[in-house]
Amino acid sequence: MTEARYDRAPGDRPSREMQPAAPSPLLVYTVGLSVAVLLTATSFWVANTTLLWPGGVFLGLAVLAIAQMGIHLVFFLHITTGPESTNNVLALAFGLLIVFVVVAGSMWIMADMNENMLMPTGESMTLPMRR
Amino acid sequence: MNIAVAIDTVPQNALPSASEAGPVPKRIVVAYGFWIFLLSDIIMFAALFASYAVLVRATAGGPSGAQLFNQGTVAIETACLLISSYTCGLMSLAINSRNRLGTYLGALITFALGATFLTLELREFAEMIARGATPQRSAFLSAFFTLVGCHGLHVALGLIWLVVMMVQVAVMGFVATVQRRLLCFSLFWHALDIVWVGVFTVVYLMGVSL
Repeated sequence: MTEARYDRAPGDRPSREMQPAAPSPLLVYTVGLSVAVLLTATSFWVANTTLLWPGGVFLGLAVLAIAQMGIHLVFFLHITTGPESTNNVLALAFGLLIVFVVVAGSMWIMADMNENMLMPTGESMTLPMRR
Repeated sequence: MNIAVAIDTVPQNALPSASEAGPVPKRIVVAYGFWIFLLSDIIMFAALFASYAVLVRATAGGPSGAQLFNQGTVAIETACLLISSYTCGLMSLAINSRNRLGTYLGALITFALGATFLTLELREFAEMIARGATPQRSAFLSAFFTLVGCHGLHVALGLIWLVVMMVQVAVMGFVATVQRRLLCFSLFWHALDIVWVGVFTVVYLMGVSL
């Protein structure tokens, strides 16, 4: 009994021994590419169309980008929810937490500071701070 | 006697757990370490994204993104990088089956697409600088050149890495060290594509509709 159940390296596909029904690797990459192309094309369409409410475009683009990043992670980097991939997923989760704190925290703090830096005179009450 | 009975109840094909099986193969340790590095790289990009998002309206009377960016170029760049990510995946399949010709072919296409991406990006930078939109013109442009330039620098380093790896495959063949390095390279290249998804969405597509 030399074969052991190890963790899986990120970027390695689930092996056939662990999952006999794993799809062919070529198919995985091709499906990933098709979905990514579809999402990218949708992003470019959303940014340029006049059919959609302009207020929702930002949110739509953000959702499409996050979806595409997820597609890349699963189909190209082979980060899955399998038990042998737990360490990779945990590291990813911690990274995402830091990314969220850095981006959302910076934007929140800077927007708040801009608001508080407004001078209480008549003209600049209507103008945001000139940056 | 009791122990022997207990052993008989364990299924024959049960694998030992990782702690019983001893240290993990080096390929897994190396790739996991590189994965941690990639995540820290992504955190660095997150800081650059945050500064870009904070400074995006700080044009100081200079040109804004909507006046500078050309969506046609960005679409071609995006296609180049996405398809090169796919061919990089096909290259890693060729490596796993020890197929030299397929490896060289995949590396060649990946390199050509990456080089096309880099050329288009450098030409875009040159055009912007020729129109007076230099990094020192405004805080927005400083943030733009830092974020997009940093991604471009990563792509340039990746291209150099790919050439070095192909030389190693030619000289040393598919030995274990080279295979581990190739696995790290494909992780790096896919991660760059993930960062580019953020760049084209936040900088170019959202910038045009600002």
